[in-house]
Amino acid sequence: MKIDWAALGSVFGVSLVVTVALVGLFTLGITGLSRHERATAQGGSAALAVTAAYACFAACAAAVAYGIYLIVA
Amino acid sequence: MESFSLILAIVVVTALVFDFTNGFHDTANAMATTISTGALKPKVAVAMSAVLNLVGAFLSVEVANTISKGLVDETGIRPEVIFAALVGAILWNLLTWLVGLPSSSSHALMGGLIGATIASAGFGAVHGDVLVTKVLIPAVVAPLVAGLAAMLATRLTYTLGKKADGKASEKGYRAGQIASAGLVSLAHGTNDAQKTMGIITLALVAGGTIAPDSDPPTWVILSAGVAIALGTYLGGWRIIRTMGKGLTDLQPQQGFAAQTSAATVILASSHLGFSLSTTHSVSGSVMGAGLGRKGGVVRWSTATRMFVAWGLTLPAAAMVGAIAEYVTGFGAWGTALVAVFLVASSAAIWKLSRREVVDHTNVNETGEPAGVVTTAMAAVTPPPTGAVAEEFAATVPAPATEPATSPATTV
Repeated sequence: MKIDWAALGSVFGVSLVVTVALVGLFTLGITGLSRHERATAQGGSAALAVTAAYACFAACAAAVAYGIYLIVA
Repeated sequence: MESFSLILAIVVVTALVFDFTNGFHDTANAMATTISTGALKPKVAVAMSAVLNLVGAFLSVEVANTISKGLVDETGIRPEVIFAALVGAILWNLLTWLVGLPSSSSHALMGGLIGATIASAGFGAVHGDVLVTKVLIPAVVAPLVAGLAAMLATRLTYTLGKKADGKASEKGYRAGQIASAGLVSLAHGTNDAQKTMGIITLALVAGGTIAPDSDPPTWVILSAGVAIALGTYLGGWRIIRTMGKGLTDLQPQQGFAAQTSAATVILASSHLGFSLSTTHSVSGSVMGAGLGRKGGVVRWSTATRMFVAWGLTLPAAAMVGAIAEYVTGFGAWGTALVAVFLVASSAAIWKLSRREVVDHTNVNETGEPAGVVTTAMAAVTPPPTGAVAEEFAATVPAPATEPATSPATTV
């Protein structure tokens, strides 16, 4: 019996890192947007926060696109 | 087409029925968290999942023959064997649906195939080492990986998102959940619809209708895709309730972390060549997300029942598959008897489910239907010997319902 420990290990590692990274990025994006929301409510603006937020979302979107690519390929 | 025999027609129809049960059994995987956190309305969620499953069925041309390849010797495969395997898988899917427990449809199918093959060609035809590496280890690993990832991700999103509130965060988590749930649906369509296509193609090859090594015909792809989408749309609300509400209470952040973890694990594992079950991954990630929140609880009693169901999936489906194969061995009337038994017991399970209806209107209510669950659990928990008695008891009224098979064969 041959158990593919390498494949198993990489599934473990990749899943862990990708999940945590994606969720982290997405949360940062949401935090940025809600900071912007607060700032506009007080009449100010938080351009940097918004830019950073959209950068985070773009990275997440890229990950989703890669996911779809993996499904199709 | 001229050599399209009756048994072949029965196998194809049964395979599509399995595909259908697969769809409604696994709706929970993609949509339970989205529904329980309120990110999508229940009906909208299952409709979206159904469409993505249908799309997924058409996306890939490469047939996922993982079920038939390697696990059993293909030389022993006759259409009757496949039929018997499907009977075992369908019945297990329906039974676990009745109790509202998520369990792997793939394991049920493999179990049925193993049982039927053993009854047909003996123990030697099953590859034990493949069984361990493809079935047992993934079943342990999937919930662990997905659970750990979801737990860490949940911790992280609560820590980082402390300052996130208001509309922006609400909308954000909603969008995130929908996106990751969509990915799971799409992946499910490509994987599970393809399994049925593979099975039907295998049956067609075994029956001599199409040449070996040919791609599945278009009508096979189309009907398999439609069957799984239809099943998904009808929604296994009982399982959705268990997955979304029964295991733990999910907040949007947790739902997002859980679904992202599940999507990642499913994609990473199928891409890196260590395929993990969708059901096991999602259940694991939901529990992980439950543990990740401060004050979050996992209802271990529900989880334990789920683990028991996982453990029983393979032997139970194998047992039914083996008995079904043994009975079909008596010839045409044996096959008819099994078909009648399948229809009759499916009807019985459906009838039982009507006692305590769970649908899109009450899917998020936590009050467990104690009556049905406990009575049905009693039917599940006894060791496989119980299944044998049940089999013989249930075949007694069979001749009375003989006409029930004719609609199936004319399709």
